[in-house]
Amino acid sequence: MYVSVKGGEQAIANAHAWLAERRRGDAEQPEITAAQIAEQLGLAVDRVMAEGACLDRDLAALALKQARGDGTEAAFLLRAYRNTLPRFGYTAPLDTGAMQVQRRVSATYKDLPGGQVLGPSFDYTHRLLDVALAGQNGEPPPAPLAEAGVEPMPRVTGMLAQEGLMARDTASDAEPPDLTREGLRFPANRALALQAMARGDEGFLLALGYSTQRGYGNSHPFVGEIRMGAVPVEFTPPELGFAIDIGDVVVTECQMVNQFAGNAETPPQFTRGYGLVPGQNERKAMAMSLVDRALRAKELGEELTAPAQDAEFVLYHCDNVESTGFVEHLKLPHYVDFQSELEKLRGIRARWAADRGETP
Amino acid sequence: MNAPLNPVAEHLAGYNFAYLDEATKRMIRRALLKAVAIPGHQVPFGAREMPLPYGWGTGGIQVTAAVLGPRDVLKVIDQGADDTTNAVSIRRFFGRVAGVRTTDRTREATIIQTRHRIPETALREGQVLVYQVPMPEPLFKLEPRVSETTRLHALGDYGLMQVKLYEDIVQHGEVATAYNHPVMVNGRYLMSPSPIPSFDNPKMHMNPALQLFGAGREKRIYAVPPYTEVRSLDFEDHPFRPIRAPHACELCGSTESYLDEVITDDQGGRIFVCSDTDYCAERRGE
Repeated sequence: MYVSVKGGEQAIANAHAWLAERRRGDAEQPEITAAQIAEQLGLAVDRVMAEGACLDRDLAALALKQARGDGTEAAFLLRAYRNTLPRFGYTAPLDTGAMQVQRRVSATYKDLPGGQVLGPSFDYTHRLLDVALAGQNGEPPPAPLAEAGVEPMPRVTGMLAQEGLMARDTASDAEPPDLTREGLRFPANRALALQAMARGDEGFLLALGYSTQRGYGNSHPFVGEIRMGAVPVEFTPPELGFAIDIGDVVVTECQMVNQFAGNAETPPQFTRGYGLVPGQNERKAMAMSLVDRALRAKELGEELTAPAQDAEFVLYHCDNVESTGFVEHLKLPHYVDFQSELEKLRGIRARWAADRGETP
Repeated sequence: MNAPLNPVAEHLAGYNFAYLDEATKRMIRRALLKAVAIPGHQVPFGAREMPLPYGWGTGGIQVTAAVLGPRDVLKVIDQGADDTTNAVSIRRFFGRVAGVRTTDRTREATIIQTRHRIPETALREGQVLVYQVPMPEPLFKLEPRVSETTRLHALGDYGLMQVKLYEDIVQHGEVATAYNHPVMVNGRYLMSPSPIPSFDNPKMHMNPALQLFGAGREKRIYAVPPYTEVRSLDFEDHPFRPIRAPHACELCGSTESYLDEVITDDQGGRIFVCSDTDYCAERRGE
């Protein structure tokens, strides 16, 4: 006989207790702390911080611990948290030209003012598993220190613009839209698109950026410059009326130089694809700059043929908190709708059979 | 089920009543007012990330949070039932963050948040039915670009949907939509009734209750005010036909209610029971 499924509340409580136990893992092993995660799984923390759109590495580390290392779940925790915070206002635009650079590379010039700085990068490591890292490995030998550079590091795109080779992005004093208050609107301006991508899913942007390199969208990119480091954050409290420095954030910026064929009004020149990601995340900054350039196809009068050029497609689907929620909601009960599908299908099949003189 | 579900007197410390801050609630109420003023029209709103996932009722939760007051009595159903896990979870959420009285009785509730059903018990004036909406755009399967569907709504151009229904009839002999069957509201806007079974569509028409729809992920709100005309899209020679399984409820014997099909063995054995658990329990005198 049918037994009604009751006691959902108890089942949920039990499931959560089991989850907490799983999170802790084998009690023989020492419990990891959020501080250890923040220090030793820093890139995972940076990714969570960026996709969670909340620039706090300690909270991102906590979220990662709570989410058992699930980055998307951790980003979701952070998003939900940030939504409960009061908003005091908007900071001044970050000046990445004033960055305390930890890494700065250009693929377009062998040498340039400020020089190339490799920084803490996986580049040129040989990807050999280091079995010595499996246990507690002791302290690595200290890395050699250089004198901090005093030479300014002008942006490569600026140097190209001086010669007129790089299209200048028109400065605007217009209030930029705020994705977190208004949601997406189309046509989306570039500020809105960049906001969406800065917190968008790294994997999604990586795949889309990659697609532009394989012929899905016309792209001829050069890495003008990638830079990563801390930039000061300035805020003007209304009661003071002047800007004060409220701290630093580490960001990764990528300026991708792309060809543009020109048209009747504009001579051929380079155009910029721009990526800016909180924390250290070069892969995403690069992918974002490819997609940003692809999304400018319409503005530049280029033919629209590829998914990466379709603003609605890219921006509506780049948010992993939204996409994971909707994909995963399919596991919720749907039996009411399924029941109506069953009855509909039975009816249609009966007609199908009757039309052919068969009994269903 | 008859014990009070959440006899919480106070709400969670550190959070505003019903979780959202008052400025956010005001923003949502403004969208709701506009939605009520233009029945069936999708109003964009600045949906927030909620502590429950997108796709799991965040739109409905935000609408409920915006209209909920301390004296309200809240009922939450999913698939018609109060005891499905997500309904339990959402009810528990409001129990924690608002401390309001909750009920599983349709008659007692002032606000009913629902996913996929309209209660069998007729609603009355003063009640609010809040629908959780996954895809607010009724045309999205035919035209995924929001910029384009916005234009079609502005022009009242719903030929795409008429052609789709016509093609169903040509191919299958009937309209193949079993749930989320589009409706015309107040003779002007085509609207998704949310994925309720077609069986429930007629209940929306001239309903004395206020019907509010929240789509959190898609950041849209829409509404059907009390006593508003809601017509399921159809043709004169192929009138809309709500369907239910042609059986009686195994528990209460109802031949009127919408039924869930329950598999009882692997030999084809099955029974049918009311999807609306409160309706069924009331009929059984519980």
